[in-house]
Order: sequence, then C-alpha cells, then structure tokens
Amino acid sequence: MATNDPVFGAGGLGAGQNALGGDNYLSHGHGLKSWLLTLDHKRIGVMYLVSILASFFLGGIFALLIRTKLLTPGSSALMDANTYNQMFTLHGAVMIFLFIIPGIPAALGNFVLPLMLGAKDVAFPRLNLASYYMWVAGALLALLSIATGAVDTGWTFYTPYSTTTNASVITMVAGVFVLGFSSIFTGLNFVVSIHKLRPEGMSWFRMPLFLWGLYGTAIIQIMATPVLGITLLLLIAERALGVGIFDPSLGGDPILFQHFFWFYSHPAVYIMILPAMGVISELVSVFSRKHIFGYTFIALSSIAIAVISFLVWGHHMFVAGQSNLASMIFSALTFMVAIPSAVKVFNWVATMYKGSIWLATPMLYVLSFLFLFGIGGLTGLFLGALAVDVHLHDTYFVVAHFHYVMFGGTVIAFLGGLHYWWPKMFGRMYSELWGRVGALLVFVGFNTTFFTQFVMGSHGAPRRSYHYLPEFQTYHQLSTIGSYLLGMGFLVIAVNLVHALFRGRPAPANPWGGATLEWRTSSPPPHDNFAATPVAGDPYDVEAWAFDRQLGGFVPRAGGSGS
Amino acid sequence: MTNSKGESVAEAHGGHLAHHFDTAEQQFESGKLGMWIFLATEILLFGGLFCAYAVYRSSHPEIFLYAHRYLDKTLGAINTAVLICSSFTMAWAVRCAQLGRRKALVRLLAATIALAGCFLGIKYVEYEHKWKEGLLWGKRFHAKLEQPAAPVVASPVPTPSVNPEERSLIAPAAEGPKGLAKPGQRPLWETGTGGPPKNLQTFFAVYFTMTGLHGIHVIAGMVLLTLMLLRARRGEFGPAYFTPVDLAGLYWHLVDLVWIYLFPLLYLIR
Repeated sequence: MATNDPVFGAGGLGAGQNALGGDNYLSHGHGLKSWLLTLDHKRIGVMYLVSILASFFLGGIFALLIRTKLLTPGSSALMDANTYNQMFTLHGAVMIFLFIIPGIPAALGNFVLPLMLGAKDVAFPRLNLASYYMWVAGALLALLSIATGAVDTGWTFYTPYSTTTNASVITMVAGVFVLGFSSIFTGLNFVVSIHKLRPEGMSWFRMPLFLWGLYGTAIIQIMATPVLGITLLLLIAERALGVGIFDPSLGGDPILFQHFFWFYSHPAVYIMILPAMGVISELVSVFSRKHIFGYTFIALSSIAIAVISFLVWGHHMFVAGQSNLASMIFSALTFMVAIPSAVKVFNWVATMYKGSIWLATPMLYVLSFLFLFGIGGLTGLFLGALAVDVHLHDTYFVVAHFHYVMFGGTVIAFLGGLHYWWPKMFGRMYSELWGRVGALLVFVGFNTTFFTQFVMGSHGAPRRSYHYLPEFQTYHQLSTIGSYLLGMGFLVIAVNLVHALFRGRPAPANPWGGATLEWRTSSPPPHDNFAATPVAGDPYDVEAWAFDRQLGGFVPRAGGSGS
Repeated sequence: MTNSKGESVAEAHGGHLAHHFDTAEQQFESGKLGMWIFLATEILLFGGLFCAYAVYRSSHPEIFLYAHRYLDKTLGAINTAVLICSSFTMAWAVRCAQLGRRKALVRLLAATIALAGCFLGIKYVEYEHKWKEGLLWGKRFHAKLEQPAAPVVASPVPTPSVNPEERSLIAPAAEGPKGLAKPGQRPLWETGTGGPPKNLQTFFAVYFTMTGLHGIHVIAGMVLLTLMLLRARRGEFGPAYFTPVDLAGLYWHLVDLVWIYLFPLLYLIR
C-alpha cells in the first residue's frame, strides 16, 4: 500500500499531510458566495455545525434561565409563570428540532460520510444544500414565533391546549414542518449515498459502524418524519380553519394527535441516539487500539433499534386513556428495545477488554457515554413498566431519564465526535489538557444537574411546574449548581476548540490512528476529498497503524497490510 | 474547477454526469432510488390521513354511511378515469423520451398536464357544490339536513366492549347513541325514523383534508410536468439521458394511485 497511497506514499511521510498551507476545501474558494452556494458536503457540514452550535447555545441559555428561576420554591423573580412556560417549551423545541436531530447526522455525518465512503460527495449535493437552507428557513420561522408570542405548549404541542392558546403556534409548527423536510432530505441523501457510492472492496459488512448508525437513522428520518409532517399540517388546519379532527367538541379525538405525534417523536429519539452510537463504535476501537468486538452484532442492532423504535410509541400514553391491552403490548415492545441497545454496550465494553486504552479527550467522552447511557437506558425500563410509570409519569424522573439518554448519550457522543474529527475538519490540534478538563467538567456538572432530578422525581416532584414544595428546594439548588458547572464545561470546550482554530498545532493526516478512509487524506481534506480513490479495507484494522513520534501522528505500520 | 463549476464542466463534455459519479448508470440508479425513497415519504404523509380515516370510520361508521351520499359518484368516477388516462399518457411520454421521439414527448406531456387540469376542474365543481350547501369541515359545517319524523326509542342494550378490562359496572343508558346501528340492522336514518347522525362534519373534515392534500399534489405535479415540457422542447432528453422525465413519471403515477384509493374509500362506501 505504501506505493499507491497519495498521502502516505513512499517518501511522502511528514510532507503534505497537513494541507493548511496548500490546497484544501477551506481555501478552495474565497468569499461569502463560495460558502453560501457551495455544493461541497464538507462546507455544508461546517455550515450546519456552526448553525446547530448557535442553536445549542440559545437552548442552553434558556435552560440556565429555567434552572436559575428554580433556585427558590415560591419566588416569582426573573420570570412570570407564563414566561416560564415559554422558556421550557423553547428550550425543548430548540434543543430537539434545531440542535439534536440534525446534530450528528447533518453536521458530523455530512462531513464524514462521503470521506468514509472514499467518495467525492454525497449522492445529491444540491439536495444537501437545499436541506441546509430548509433548516435555516425552519429556524427563522421558529425565531419569528418567539418574537410574535412564544409558544407555551411544551415541545409536544398537545391538543386541545395548542389549538386554543393564543401563542403563535402556527408559525412554530410551520417551522418544525420545514425542519422535517430538511431532515428527510438529509436521510434520503445518506441512504442513496450508502447504497450507491460505496467503493470497491467495501461490502455492507465492511462498512464503518458510524455509517450503519447513520443508515439506521436515515431509515427513521425517512419513514417517521412524514407522519409528523401530516400531524403538524392537521394542527395548522385545526387552528387556521377549525377542521375539527382533533377537537372533541366537533367530534374529533385529541388522543389521535398524541398517537400521531409519538409515532414520529418516539422514533425521533432514535434519530438522535443511533448516530451517537455510531460515533462511539468508531471511537472505542480507535482509542482502545483494538479491532471492534462483535462488528456484525453492532451493525445489525442499529437496524433492529430502527425497526423496533416504530412499534413503541404508545408507552408515552400509558396514562392517557389507552386500553390496558394496548398498554401491555407497548410495554413489552419497549422492553425489547433494551436488547439491541445492550448488545451494543456489551460489545463496546468487550472491545476495551485487553485493549491498550488511550485516555485522550474523545475516549473520555466514550467512557462518559457508557456510564450515562447505561443509567439513562436502564431508567427507561422503569418508565416502560406499567405500574411504575403511573407513579413516575410527568415527574422530574422523566426529565432526568430523557436528559441522561439525550444529553448523556447523544450530546456526549457528539462532543466526542467533534473532538475526534476536529483536526480533520480544520487541520489543527486542540489542547489535550483543556480538552480533558472540559470533558471532566461536563461529566461532573451533568451528573450533579440530573441525578438529583432522579431522586426528586421518584419522590413525586412534578415536572414543568412554576412553583414547587419547599422540601424539594435542596434538590433544585443542587441541580442548578450542576447546570452552572455544565455551562462552565461548555465554555472551556468552546474556548479550547476555537483557540485551536487559530493557534493549534497543525494536525497530521491521522492523529488518532483510525483505520477508516477519512484518515487517508490530508487534514483538512482537499476539495475532491482524495488525490486518488483509496482502496477500502477492514475499517477497524487499527493495529496496522503505528505512532510516529517525529510526525506526531500515525503512519501505516511497516510490513503491515495497512489497507 | 470550483464547486458550482464541477457539474458544468461535466456538462460541457456533452454529458449530464456529475463529477462525483463514476458512470451514467450509477447516477441514473441513484436518482431512481432517491425518487422511490421520496415516494415512500409521500405514502407515509398520506398514511397519517388514511389512519385518521380508519379511526373515525371504525368508531363512527354511521357518519360515513350517511354523509358519503352527498358526494357525487359520477363525477368521482369520471375523475378516476381522467387520472388513469393521464397515467397512461405519462407512461407513454417516458417511453418516447427513451426512444428520443421529441415531438411525441412534448405532446404527451402536454396531454398529461391537460388531463390534470381537467381533474382539478371537475374537483372544483364538486367543491363549489359542497361550499354552497354548507357541507364543510368542523367549524364551517352548516348544512340543512332532513329532520326525523318521529322520536326514536333505541334498544337499551349496549354493545359490550371487546376488551374484557373495560366492561363497565355502570348500568346501560336508557337510550343508545343516536343513529348508531346495531349489526345487521339498517341505520335509523335509512328507515326514516331517525335523524341524521351527529358530527357529520367529521366526514367532511376527512374528505377535505384528504382530497385537498391530493389536490396540492396534483398542482405540484402539473408544475413539475410543465418544467419537463419546457426542457423537452429544448431537446434535452434522449436515449442517453431521460432520468428527469422518468422520475417525474414515477411521481405522477403515485398521485394517480393515491386517488385510486381515495375514490372508493370516500365515494363508494355503499
């Protein structure tokens, strides 16, 4: 392989691996127009990244304001009850629809997927750009609704409240509808790319597991999002025309809205977690310096999760007047999702077993993920059990469970992936010390914030309430302190990563010793991704790469297959 | 070669091959797969409405039985025939594109668009009639319906729930729900003894949302086919490159197919 490799070719070591000075996708065109009209998946990925991080910041501010308000039980300082309702609605809606759903697929996935396939771009570059602008349009509509009377329904828009409140529900719902299109386009693009653009030598079961994760995600995006679309259209029709499908006084059924909504929104939490699991699968092998354990099981469990996720929506409605028979079936199916999820966790742990674990920043996020997702996943079983759910429904226990899965799972994996691919995206290394400090602060801050909410919720503290009983004050205060720690953690991470953009050490082509194809091109990659189309090999043959002290990165091991 | 030029360079070489595909065949297959996936999302979009239809029809069959008589079966049948014809001209157009018969392609696309316009025209006649009669959705429903001749005494025996958990201990009401027929019995409004069932607007809410969403898809299809027509007139399609016509055809057949389900479900209930 040493002869045909464009980056690691004989005599090419050390030279040409960092492309910051030469031709790369960042320097390929100049000016705002070259960015706004780009069809390059890497640039679209970067634009997505900037946009979703801005949304994350906004959503985070809302969260900190809520937590600050909850420091004292009966106080009306900082915001009135109505503003409080708007705050938690916007926190949820912004974080879910603007940040976490497009988070890993559209930002990291867009950048990495074609590179992992050894391809020049995704299958439909123009559709990719259209998807980004759909996102922008949806975000603008959401902002407009904040300006014209922020929604106070909770992010679930339950009828009949959402059809009677005088907030600007139509604008917000239209925004979410448009964001759904953005999500569908991304998923469609990824499915076709994975089917049609795989290089020679990459069969389905030699694909990196991140791609399996994205594939499972894309299936859900394609199959579930249209149902949300029609639900939201009906909600708009209900408000604008009084169509009556969800209005009991006109013979409609508000529970039907809940069925429709959760038919999308339960699979949607797997849109959020599946790509995160894909990221973890990549990271755990690279940073254990060991081949992934149980490849086929991890790959197929992604598909199993995607399929089962469509059959469990009723577990959100155990106390909504659903028949007991339906509840029992939904409960049983909910327990079944735990099986493929656990298959993944066991395989990751088995990958670490007897590996030589390298505690670099991304690996710290992997370890955080395993703990936090473990807790989040197992508490999901409490909530899936019928009798327990009656007690825990609509308490802080649900809030804590959701955040352990979505934050402890998805956001942590997103941060791990961000640190892992940052050198590839921008060609610079961040400070390892500050990266680790950030990871630690996030871990501690997160647990302080949300573990207390488990305790509080199991004592019956209702969620979404403006005032609360004085006996919960200690928990609320601990939780608020934790959220400040969490905020500091994010500040450290942001400063570290941004600092790296300007002052970081130039990154080698393969700083971590990954064996997937994106590490075979320079950092940052050239416009066409690869100087010559790489030949795909085993994506987890990390032992074929050895650390080169002089280079500060990995090179193919002499005598190893390396491909 | 900049980003946007990437494709124009390829086109300058006489082909339509984008720079990230290896062969024209790979590009064609990608486009086709993408279109099929898009059609799947369309089916799921309509799926929500079909689901709402199923829920309301199974919980209130009497509403559907009563209200569907206000739809004009003849006009519905004519519209079905019109759309099936348009699918035929569309399929023929795709064949002409593959064979490079430009003039025939343009004519057939025009015929398809004309048939789509005809469909919408007939739909307009139907909508106008409903509008005048007040046979509208939810809040807007204000039709004058025939009233019962005499009060009805319905059987006090309720139908037991299928779910054993839900059998109630509360004594059955003296009167059954208005207009609900027992199995095997003719609905009360048909025997002339009962009034129209309550909540007729539910049927029209379902009718207008389903046919309305379908109508929007017909309009979108007409726009798409017009674009194809303009490109075909410029002679862009031939045996080497006919993907857009093919994909537009797939879309049009789906629009047709949705109507083929809507017609019996809404018009031919009895």
